[in-house]
Amino acid sequence: MSRILEEAITVVSAEHCKGCGLCVQACPQAVLALMSSFNSKGYHPAHYVGEGCTGCGMCFYACPEPAAITVYKKGAEYPDQEGR
Amino acid sequence: MAKLILEKPKGFCDSYERKPGDHGTTHYCPGCGHGNIHKLLAEAVEDLGIQDRTIIISPVGCSVFVYYYFATGNIQVAHGRAPAVATALKRANPHAIVVSYQGDGDLAAIGGNNILQAANRGEHITVIFVNNAIYGMTGGQLAPTSLLGMKTATTPYGRDLLNEGPPMKVVELLSSLDGPTYLERQAIMGNKYIARARKALRNALQCQIDGKGFSMVEILSACPSGWKVDPTDSYAWMEKNMLPHFQLGVTKDVRAEREPFFRTFKTLSAAEIVEQLDLAVPEPKHFPSKLQKTGYGDPSIKLAGFGGQGILSAGAMLANAGMEQGLQTSWIPSYGPEMRGGTAYCFVNLSERPIGSPTVSHPDVLMAFNRPSLEKFEPDVKPGGLLMYDSTIIDVKPKRGDIEILAVPATQMADDLGNTRMANTIMVGVYVAHTGIMSPAAIEQTLPLAIKRKNLVDANKKALRAGVDFAATL
Repeated sequence: MSRILEEAITVVSAEHCKGCGLCVQACPQAVLALMSSFNSKGYHPAHYVGEGCTGCGMCFYACPEPAAITVYKKGAEYPDQEGR
Repeated sequence: MAKLILEKPKGFCDSYERKPGDHGTTHYCPGCGHGNIHKLLAEAVEDLGIQDRTIIISPVGCSVFVYYYFATGNIQVAHGRAPAVATALKRANPHAIVVSYQGDGDLAAIGGNNILQAANRGEHITVIFVNNAIYGMTGGQLAPTSLLGMKTATTPYGRDLLNEGPPMKVVELLSSLDGPTYLERQAIMGNKYIARARKALRNALQCQIDGKGFSMVEILSACPSGWKVDPTDSYAWMEKNMLPHFQLGVTKDVRAEREPFFRTFKTLSAAEIVEQLDLAVPEPKHFPSKLQKTGYGDPSIKLAGFGGQGILSAGAMLANAGMEQGLQTSWIPSYGPEMRGGTAYCFVNLSERPIGSPTVSHPDVLMAFNRPSLEKFEPDVKPGGLLMYDSTIIDVKPKRGDIEILAVPATQMADDLGNTRMANTIMVGVYVAHTGIMSPAAIEQTLPLAIKRKNLVDANKKALRAGVDFAATL
């Protein structure tokens, strides 16, 4: 299932994230935060708080990890997944 | 059109087969600038449509594992040598886009001359120079780019201007050369800087795609582990410490003035190569051996003496003539670093059968040209073998009774002919005539290959005949 987004979404892959916090620092809307929980490597991964993303992509370029952040801009086709 | 989805660029491999278990993440520390630069490069490679012809060179340093990450061609090279390898790659494959990815220890320290020469030649390559002011992988030692006052593993009191000198400004240095086309310094230091670095990197790649010559982007990059700061504090650290010394911006850009240029090379035909290298040899003739004794066949020969005695040349005479005769032949020199007076050994194998190893530790034939060689190698000669020694120079007699021994006053004979240095040729003459391993005519015909000075060839032919005559008196 997929849908066309009306609002931008940033998805952080918790298992790829090393918790460096650069995306949190880069986000102009302050809608990214580090989680208090750990991922399997022992990092506090970043996550999207759920609303307010403008799809600017700053976090994508600030993130040093190739697969950790995906930004879906407004109008993008978004693969809906249960329980994201 | 701007992309609607920003995701892991196609320039990356889907899966990184670096170690079992985790195929999704890089090996870099959290907050390392390499990851950002990789991302910009992978994205540019994808967007510029050059993925199927890009070759990225991984250096030595943290970015050594580049080959696990990029879905492009790759070569991993010795420390600092990426520009040299990139040169060869590009010249052999002009259509390829060659990217040399190097850190500051690699490029500015051990590879300093490599990058200077490649830039000066204006090679059609793109260099990504990641400057984090430290040797990251090896544990945070001083790099040429380390900042004044910076405490590293090797400068515990901080870099001192009088002791280690100021940090090296590489793009400024290269800008003084005529060769490079595009040089820029940018930084991974926050949103606007990353956007500029992204643009610079694309300009540099485009410069190569357009065939306009050498391009390099120096990218200031964070090393939170090496600097011992948090990733989120690293940008402030760079701004405070790096920016005052490393000014950002374009330092050289002559893309507009420079026409695309192509390197063409003259390729030589086989005949021209032979002529250029003076390899022309006389028409091969067969000189069948007339062995005086079956034990003389297929010899492993060791020639030993001082440098300057013509040990290697004597071996070359035998080897060249052996080839002329259709024998399997090997010749290996072994000598000290001195031009004159050091030890000089040479191993020659002449065989009807393929030669397994070219080295000779237990010779069938030992030709000793000085006393140390005789004393050292006499015990190694195979029982039933042949020992020849220069009895003018060597004032001791061989001790063994189970080998054939020939005392040849080679140096005296050479002196009589007017040139001491022909003792080697005399010894060869005695050897071939005594054993019948080959016709002296075979040696004579190939003498010009071993004797570099053409005016000495005739004298050496005389020496050869003197040796042959001597053998007849034995």
